[in-house]
Amino acid sequence: MDFSIALILGQDGITNGAIYALLALALVLVFAVTRVIFIQQGEFVAYGALTLAMMQSGATPATVWLLVAMGVLVTALDGAKALKAGQGRRAAGVAGWNLAYPLALAGLLGALPANELPLALQVVLTLAIVVPMGPMMYRLMYQPIASAPVLILLIVSVALHIAMVGLGLLFFGAEGQRTPSFSDASFELGPLMVSGQTLWVLVVSVLLIVGLYQFFERTLYGKALRATAINRVGAQLMGISPALAGKLTFFLAAFIGALSGVLIAPITTIYYDTGFLIGLKGFVAAIIGGLASYPLAAAGALVVGLLEAFASFWASAYKEVIVFTLIIPVLLWRSLRSHHVEEEE
Amino acid sequence: MKLRTTLLAALGLAFAATAAQAEIKVGVVLSATGPAASLGIPEKNTIALLPTTIGGEKVSYIVLDDASDTTTAVKNARKLVAEDKVDVIVGTTTSPASLAMIDVAAETQTPMISMAASARIVAPMDDKKRWIFKTPQNDQQMASAIVEHMGANNIKKVSFIGFANAYGEGWYEQFKKLAEAKGIEIVANERFNPADTSVTGQALKLMSVKPDAVFIAGSGTPSALPQKTLRERGYKGPIYQTHGVANNDFLRICGKDCEGTLLPVGPVQMARSLPDSHPVKASALAYVEKYEAANGAGSVSSFGAYAWDAGVLLQAAVPNALKAAKPGSAEFRAALRDALEGVKEVAGATGIYTMSAEDHLGLDDRSRVMIEIRNGTWSLLK
Repeated sequence: MDFSIALILGQDGITNGAIYALLALALVLVFAVTRVIFIQQGEFVAYGALTLAMMQSGATPATVWLLVAMGVLVTALDGAKALKAGQGRRAAGVAGWNLAYPLALAGLLGALPANELPLALQVVLTLAIVVPMGPMMYRLMYQPIASAPVLILLIVSVALHIAMVGLGLLFFGAEGQRTPSFSDASFELGPLMVSGQTLWVLVVSVLLIVGLYQFFERTLYGKALRATAINRVGAQLMGISPALAGKLTFFLAAFIGALSGVLIAPITTIYYDTGFLIGLKGFVAAIIGGLASYPLAAAGALVVGLLEAFASFWASAYKEVIVFTLIIPVLLWRSLRSHHVEEEE
Repeated sequence: MKLRTTLLAALGLAFAATAAQAEIKVGVVLSATGPAASLGIPEKNTIALLPTTIGGEKVSYIVLDDASDTTTAVKNARKLVAEDKVDVIVGTTTSPASLAMIDVAAETQTPMISMAASARIVAPMDDKKRWIFKTPQNDQQMASAIVEHMGANNIKKVSFIGFANAYGEGWYEQFKKLAEAKGIEIVANERFNPADTSVTGQALKLMSVKPDAVFIAGSGTPSALPQKTLRERGYKGPIYQTHGVANNDFLRICGKDCEGTLLPVGPVQMARSLPDSHPVKASALAYVEKYEAANGAGSVSSFGAYAWDAGVLLQAAVPNALKAAKPGSAEFRAALRDALEGVKEVAGATGIYTMSAEDHLGLDDRSRVMIEIRNGTWSLLK
């Protein structure tokens, strides 16, 4: 192994690590605000990538029908409640966002020759389809049991993960997909050849992390989310709606997931079930951060990415074993260092 | 006199009727979903084309999906034997699952015809494997085609990368044996998982030893990733793949990075380009035309042919077994096993089958040709 190989491996590790970091941040965020272990994170990655691929192949992405179905359910639940309370305007708002929007999107996709649009527009459309599923999912599955113990929320997540993988197979078929690169440019830095797509991944990841930081530090909604994460009851007493916080969190998590999928689809082949393994590695990183610390989770993600890259060079047959075994010393160290308090049921 | 003839005729009819009721049940296990679905789906389509009567007996096919999962495959095999009382099992698509199903077949004394490639499914022959047959070429036949081609092109040093499962290991063993005999050195030996999203580390390792050629032993679309990574990293030498990638999804995923890829395939893939003198051309073309008539032009792949050949073997063996016993009995299953073992010079879509007590595959060098991916499609190497 010489220096140039180490450099290339490092680059590969950092590219993968950047994606794991995004997912780890989303996992930490969701857990901190809603106490949900967001196992479906990986499925949002796969849905994002495959929706884009399906659009490019000229078909109407089947995910849009899932969005319509979820929207109908949300409208039925929330709209009925608002009407009962005599809030006609609120009911109209609910129907507008959850019914009219998905249908308009479906109509738009049906009318547009989506495969001939510029890539940027396709990406926007993909996000427009996949991301709203996040808040809708929170409304339908988690909001009614928001105060349930962590274990029950986890079981709901497992169920949703399995359902989403199954639907993924139905929507996208068993075969893998790849999308064209955002740019064909490549740069030579000494022995290192950096492809345009790698730069896209890194730049978007960094921008997103900075953006999230600004969002949490400077905006009212960001501060509301942080307050909810620190003290749920206290935040509620201050007038922060836990339902809104949950939906906003899931919106961000779905956005991060779908965007990650769109970013890596040109680098690797994505299958309907690829998301789980990617999400799991993000989860290892989030565990390193104790499901609480953002910087530690991001650093953990880079460690996972680099470890994976170097392990595949030295001992390719044991790569996954090495990556997932990392979690054991980390957990040991954390359990020795921190005083764990059992959650009150 | 006339009365007797009538009676005899009636008796004959009655027999014919009872015989028609004792149908032959074929239990099929395949991977219609999961990672091996691109292999399993054409197999499933092919089962629908198999004849519904053999030797005057009705044949019914019971198809179960194992979702490319070993445990499910074994469970399905047990279900077919215990609940459906099948006379023969055809399946399954993948090697690890087929290996696991051997125990079920042997324990219940049911002949089984696997559609998976690993040589270890039928060799070394033992008391259990005497119940097992398979239709795809051994890794060894395919590997020998690759090694011969390497020898002819003066390739001395080869980097190997294979799936981190039974498929990759099986290929490595076969390839190593043949390559060493030919004086070809394996300078790197790496593994990757079908679900991996990056194989950069392995690709660098493969390239760092400066091989004359790289050999990728994987199946289906996941096998495109190492090749794309190698080309991305600037590797210019020849790349060999196995017949496991010979489907159109692989071409779609791999794109221009797969130009020039060399691989051995069964004759069915190239049925139309084969010279008329090729012994398998007629039987391969028969399958291709039937499959494409049902599923559209250009839809045929080698994998469906493995299912077809399981049908061909049954058509050759069942009439002999029927002479010995009635379907649905242990005697019939034993007779069918013996009849399958006695198959001689039967032309399938994959090659010419001649079984023996030691060889439960029965294919020879007529069962493969070397091809190259040229201009985004498969073309026969002369």
